[in-house]
Amino acid sequence: MTGIDVTIGEVAASLVLVAIAAAISRWRGAGLEADIGTAVVRSFVQLTAIGFVITAIFDEDSLLLVLALLAVMVVFGAFTARARARHVPGALTPLLIALALSATATLGLVLGLGIFPAEPRYLVPVGGMVIGNAMTASAVALNRLGDEMRTEAPRIEATLALGATSRRAAAPSVRRALRSGTIALVDSTKTTGLIFFPGTMVGMLLAGADPTDAVRLQLILLYVLLGAVAISALTATTLAYRNFFTAAEQLRDRGDGAGQPAQ
Amino acid sequence: MLFELERVSLRRGGEPVLVELSARFPEGVSAVVGPSGSGKSTLLRLLDRLSDPDQGVVRFRGTDTRELDPLQLRREVALVPQLPALLDGTVADNIGFAAGLSDRDPDLDRLLGLAGLGGSFADRDVERLSVGEQQRTMIARALATEPDVLLLDEPTSALDEHARDSVERTVVDLHRKLGNSIVIVTHDPEQARRLAEWVVRIDAGRLVDQGAAAGMLA
Repeated sequence: MTGIDVTIGEVAASLVLVAIAAAISRWRGAGLEADIGTAVVRSFVQLTAIGFVITAIFDEDSLLLVLALLAVMVVFGAFTARARARHVPGALTPLLIALALSATATLGLVLGLGIFPAEPRYLVPVGGMVIGNAMTASAVALNRLGDEMRTEAPRIEATLALGATSRRAAAPSVRRALRSGTIALVDSTKTTGLIFFPGTMVGMLLAGADPTDAVRLQLILLYVLLGAVAISALTATTLAYRNFFTAAEQLRDRGDGAGQPAQ
Repeated sequence: MLFELERVSLRRGGEPVLVELSARFPEGVSAVVGPSGSGKSTLLRLLDRLSDPDQGVVRFRGTDTRELDPLQLRREVALVPQLPALLDGTVADNIGFAAGLSDRDPDLDRLLGLAGLGGSFADRDVERLSVGEQQRTMIARALATEPDVLLLDEPTSALDEHARDSVERTVVDLHRKLGNSIVIVTHDPEQARRLAEWVVRIDAGRLVDQGAAAGMLA
């Protein structure tokens, strides 16, 4: 693979497109200019910072540092996902476990099967992608679970009233939440190469890699991500649904009366 | 005594729903009567332990419901909520699901007959049923667990007069044929008079009075 040099001037030049986005927002009154500005500044600061961190980790060549970085990503990812899952009581612990388990299982398998060597150059970017996608999937899944438990409360309680366990009563909602969390990646994987080129492949092609290598690496990553996303959405929903119920298999009263049957 | 409530209080969202309410329900058919929002449905949910009171005790045949396995209790005491809330699928799917919870093979014809529906309903998609038919499917589904006691929450509130009479006949038949005890929640004192032997009247979460229906509603 050959490297390419990107100057800061070239990055600055690409801001013209951001200006167009902001102009469109202003012209059509979408009110997104401030958000676009925040996105530009945050992406610049965050990616530059992570660039330094990754350079330092590559220079140190320490697996312990890689583990520490991935652990930080899991924690940040879980907090970020929790904001999307605000209707799910006690969502943080399920999310932490979901992200950690998904990262551990997928990276462990990737290393165990000899797909990538245990080196920071592979573990950091793959780990970052795995945790990022796992975060999105579990956030979407728990967001849906929260909505489901609100709208389906009468049906869930009617099922509990027959003597069903909370697990049985919540099963259709948990199933739909799991599906919501994973369907986006499954759909984009189906159409990959037809209507969009995934980022890794684009990056490798831009960096001058052989297209066959770029495609193979992209396939590996897509398949790894499918596994990661399924594991995280399954873990998050399986652990989180329980928090909607008391130990006596009652639908928990959230204090606002929402979701409770009318009197 | 089938159920006893002793100084039961319950708040929801900071608002009192039941206040120091003591009441009793003998075996047979009883009615809880009161205006809309008086706490009737909440009371019924306590009997099935779908919630627990903040204070006070609910007893089922002499035992504090908190000492009973909630799943076992709900298979003995089946609650049919005010609005139909069936699972996706056919009438038979719903009845089969409920029967499966108690490891029983459902006798579909018998259950549908008891609930006042014909055997031809078994394969109907529940989404294509009228509200009255859905309500009766809910009753058939509850009966599939072979409960000792049925708790019916305003079973006729969404029905027209004809469908209401039919569901009322079903309730009377259930008690006569199966010997089940039934607690029925209704806002309509006339309905209580037609169906119940014992009446508990509440308002604003408090007991107004209770006693034999003949004496109270005369």
